[in-house]
Formats: sequence, structure tokens, C-alpha cells
Amino acid sequence: MLGTSILLALREIRRHILRSILTTLGIIIGVAAVVTMVTVGNGVTASVQEEISSLGASNFIVFPVRTTRGTIRAFDEADVRAVEQQIAGVQIAAGNVGSTGTAFYNGQDWDTRIQGVNNAFLEAQSITIEEGRPFSTDEEQAGKNVCLLGTKVQEALFLPGTSPVGARMRLGDVSCQVIGVIAERGQGGGGADDDDAVYMPLKTVQRRFKGNDRLDYFVLKYDASYAPSAIQDSLVDLLRERRLLQGAEPNDFNVIDTAQVNQALGAATGALTAMVAVIASISLLVGGIGIMNIMLVSVTERTREIGIRLAIGALAREVRLQFLTEAVVLCALGGLVGIALGFGASLGLAAAIDVPFVFDPMINLVSFLFAAAMGIVFGYYPASRASKLDPIDALRHE
Amino acid sequence: MTGEPLIQLKGITKTFGTGPAAFQALKGVDLAIDRGEFVAIMGPSGSGKSTTMNILGCLDVPTGGVFRFRGVEVQKLDRDQRSLLRRRYLGFVFQGFNLLARTTALENVELPLLYRGESKGQRREAAMRALDQVGLVPWADHTPAELSGGQQQRVAIARALVTQPDVLLADEPTGNLDSERSVEIMELLTRLNGEGITVLMVTHEEEMAAFARTIVRFRDGLVERIDRGARAATESAV
Repeated sequence: MLGTSILLALREIRRHILRSILTTLGIIIGVAAVVTMVTVGNGVTASVQEEISSLGASNFIVFPVRTTRGTIRAFDEADVRAVEQQIAGVQIAAGNVGSTGTAFYNGQDWDTRIQGVNNAFLEAQSITIEEGRPFSTDEEQAGKNVCLLGTKVQEALFLPGTSPVGARMRLGDVSCQVIGVIAERGQGGGGADDDDAVYMPLKTVQRRFKGNDRLDYFVLKYDASYAPSAIQDSLVDLLRERRLLQGAEPNDFNVIDTAQVNQALGAATGALTAMVAVIASISLLVGGIGIMNIMLVSVTERTREIGIRLAIGALAREVRLQFLTEAVVLCALGGLVGIALGFGASLGLAAAIDVPFVFDPMINLVSFLFAAAMGIVFGYYPASRASKLDPIDALRHE
Repeated sequence: MTGEPLIQLKGITKTFGTGPAAFQALKGVDLAIDRGEFVAIMGPSGSGKSTTMNILGCLDVPTGGVFRFRGVEVQKLDRDQRSLLRRRYLGFVFQGFNLLARTTALENVELPLLYRGESKGQRREAAMRALDQVGLVPWADHTPAELSGGQQQRVAIARALVTQPDVLLADEPTGNLDSERSVEIMELLTRLNGEGITVLMVTHEEEMAAFARTIVRFRDGLVERIDRGARAATESAV
């Protein structure tokens, strides 16, 4: 009986194809909206997480900011050493200075970032060496012309299958010896790409590319058993003291807590998802009312048919099942179309805003079941009305 | 089977509405119909013939009195129980044919079997047999819009026959047909009656009623007169 009902329902829907499409538009749009927003939302979250991971594995990032007087006071290696030695719980503090330049090797050239860092920085950011070796203490202290390559730089300059270790390449007008390659980070997307960079000892970059001993920023990593707020407070106090800031003067530096950024972004995405859920629910509710409306019209239109069915012996519940099935099938089809539309829309949107397409089978299933459930909720009243018609009146209906 | 008639009405009354607006359509109808009869119910409009037909078809219940069908007191049954009676023992033919539009003749005929839980194969076979009985096998795949009125009514008769009912109830079956088609339909009903099915028909045309063996005449909510052997008279006249 149910199988027959479904077939009858499909036939009825096909008979009024345009009306069926218009009726389910609300459901289609609602489901498509949910699927699209959740899928794209997942993509945004994934992209944001990637971005956060590109901040590195460190806990705090500290950088100078422009004061009201318009000056920027950079940190230097002495500040970093002081932080590392004087604040309890800090395991690593390491500076970074960046530049850009063109790398040349064997007739090839590649524009890339030049990162002045020491091994401690690599460790704080969980950057590992795939091939070759890290900087030696001597190389770091003397500012030797040695470098580690990101995989993209390696791919751009060196033939596949050949090892760059030991090669002598040129970076701008500085010649340097390749001592290793860092493991691929595969971040892509926005933000700095750790794979598209050449890493040289901090002192080398300061001396050969910058001509000063300033740092762009420094990172620090602390022991997880210490309270982050306590470390942050000590850090701010120490830096204010070192920079001779008076009581009311604002900080001329900024401390970013990556965990906080993570949380804030998570909260923002959560709020966005909740808002989308509300909008989608309204759309689905409107869609459901549309279904109820058209089912009532359908019952009225087909009063004679209902009369015939009752006269030839259909039970009330059989008539009810028929109309209920029709509403559910209509909604379920709307759900399927909505999912397909949502799939296409999220694929396009993800590409347009440059976030990964993260297919979520759960939301597709849930939306489909929800749409079908709407058929039961909003189809019940019209179906029940159909089943209660008096066969004699129904047969007389014009 | 006992000696009891197939259908028995005793003191049937039917009142529509309540209070001062109440209208008594039937004022105590007594009628017995035996298996295998061909009964024409006649009478002016408002005489109670349609109300009686609705009660006989188990579509409506009397306000008072006893209606026994196959020994069952129908007035005591609920809606769904009467539906079950209709699906097993009754077949309906209406004045307006009442076929499902945009649905083939075959599917229309199969419809009652849907509610009997029969398989697709069984349904198809039974429906084709019923279409064969009314001579419409070549038209099985046509929709009502593609059929003439007479053909549509024959599809409706096939639909009524497909469940092999005890009784065929026809409410003005020729009301929408010209006289030639009407005669064809009446000849078909007569033939089916000859094969054993009990036929109850409401009509206001004497020529059509003449095909029946018994004519029950209604007036003012009561049975006015019952003419037996009407067909014999017609046949001898031909």
C-alpha cells in the first residue's frame, strides 16, 4: 500500500509539475541555504584554522605597534633574551626578521620571502627539517651565509630528484650555501606561506639584508602547566619596564594569544552558524506553510476523486495515507533538489571566496530528513481533512 | 444462505437537518431485494429515491429503521466498516461516470483492487477481464478524455465489476448519454444481470426502467408502488 501510495504521489506531482516546483520552492531554498551555509561555514572554519596554524605552534606573538607619536620601537635580541630568562614558565622566546628577495640557482629565479630566524624559532613554530641539518651555533652567532629552503623554493629552483643540500645559490646579491630543506607545511590559502620562504640565521638577515639589529616580532612558547594570563601579565610588565613606559602610557607593543584568537574565531563562526540556522528555519517554516496551503488546494480540487475512492471502499486512513505520502514525497523531493542546489552553490561559493570545499554528509542527511518531516507536519491536516470527507458530498462536488 | 433476501429495508427513515429546518426525506421505507434481481428505482425529484440509493450503497446511514445486507445490520456499522462492505460486495456506476482524469481506462478499472492489497499482476489481469466484459480491451490505454461518453460509462461499469461484487448500484447511469448509447449501456447491464449480478438502478426514464425486472416507484419519501415483471412486458412488446 505504501509503495503504491508513493507511486500515486509521484504521478500526482508529475501531473502538476510547475505547481509542485513552485510549492516546494520554500523547502528547496531552505534546504539549499542550510546546506550551503553549513558547507561554506565549514570551509571558512577550516581556512581560518589553517590560517591560525600558520601563526605557528607558539603561544604568544609579540610585535611593536605605532605609538600616538607615530614612532615604532622595534624589539631586539636583548629583549628576547630578557623574556626568556626572566619570565618563569617561558620555554622558548625567539625573534624573526623578514625580507623579500629573488633567489637564483642554475639559471632559474624565484621571488620569495627571506626569513631571519634561529633554530629556536623553528622549534617554537614546529617547523621541522626534512633533509639536511639545522643551523649550527657558530652559524647563528657569526651570521654565516647558510640557508634552509621551503619546499616551494626547492621545487622552483632545483630539478626534481636532485638534493639542494650543499648547493651554493644566490639570494639577491648575497651568496649562500643550502644546508637543508624544511618539511612541507602545506598551508596554502591566505597568510604567510612557510613553504615559500628561504630561512637564514637571524643575524645574517639583520646584517646582510636589513643593516640593523631590529626584530619584526618575536614568538614565545611556554610550559603548559603555567597560567597563560600570568605569563602574559609578567611579559607585559617586563616589556613596559624595558621600554621605560610610564604608568599611564599605553603599550607600544601588542601581544597576540593564539589560543584566544582561536576561541574568538570559533565563537564568531558559531554565532554565524546559529544565525543561518534561524534564517533557514524561517524559510523552512514558510515553505511548510506553502506545502500545507497547496495540499489543501489539492484536496479541494480532488474532492470528487476522494469521493470515488471512498465510494469504492477506501478506508479513511488509506485516503489520509495517500495525501500524507504525497506531501512527504513532495517535501522529500524538494529536499533532494535543495541538497543538489546547495552542493552546487557551496562548491561555487567556496571557490569564489577561496576556502576549501568541505562536504558534510551529516548536514545533507539531516536536511533531507527534516524536509521529509516537514511533509508529515504540514501534510497531516490536509490529509486528515481529505479522509473525513463525506463520500456523497464529495461525489457531488463540482 | 438462508431464505432471507439479499437486501432488506424495514421502516427506513431519513431526516436531514434538525429543528424547524429538518426535512424528512424518507418516511418509513420497506423494501426487499433478492439476489439476482434487476431493480429500477423511479420517482420524481425529492421523492427519496437518491437517498434510498445512498443508503443501499452503504454511503449513508438511515436515521431510523433497519437495513440488512447479507444479514448484517448496516445502520450499526461505522464509516470504515461500511467502506469494507462497499469494497467487497458493492460496485458503483454514477451518472457523471466519475473516472479519474488523465488516468488510463485500465488504471481506472484497477483502482478498487488497490484497496484490496492485490499484486500488480493480479490487478492487471482482473482489470483486463473486466474491460473484456464491457468490450473495451482495445481502449485500455486511453484516458477518459479520449473516450466517448458511452465508452466512459462502460469503463465505469468495468471498474464496478472488477471486484466481482454482489450488487451493482447504478445512479442514473444513462443520464449523460444519448438514447442510442443509453440502450447500449442498458443492454450491458441486462447481460451482466443475466450472468448473476444483482443490479439496482435509479432512473427517471421509463424506457430505461423498462429493462429492469422490477420497478420501485417512490413518492414523498415512501414506496408508492412496485411493478414486477416489467422486462417481460417490454420483451413481449418487442
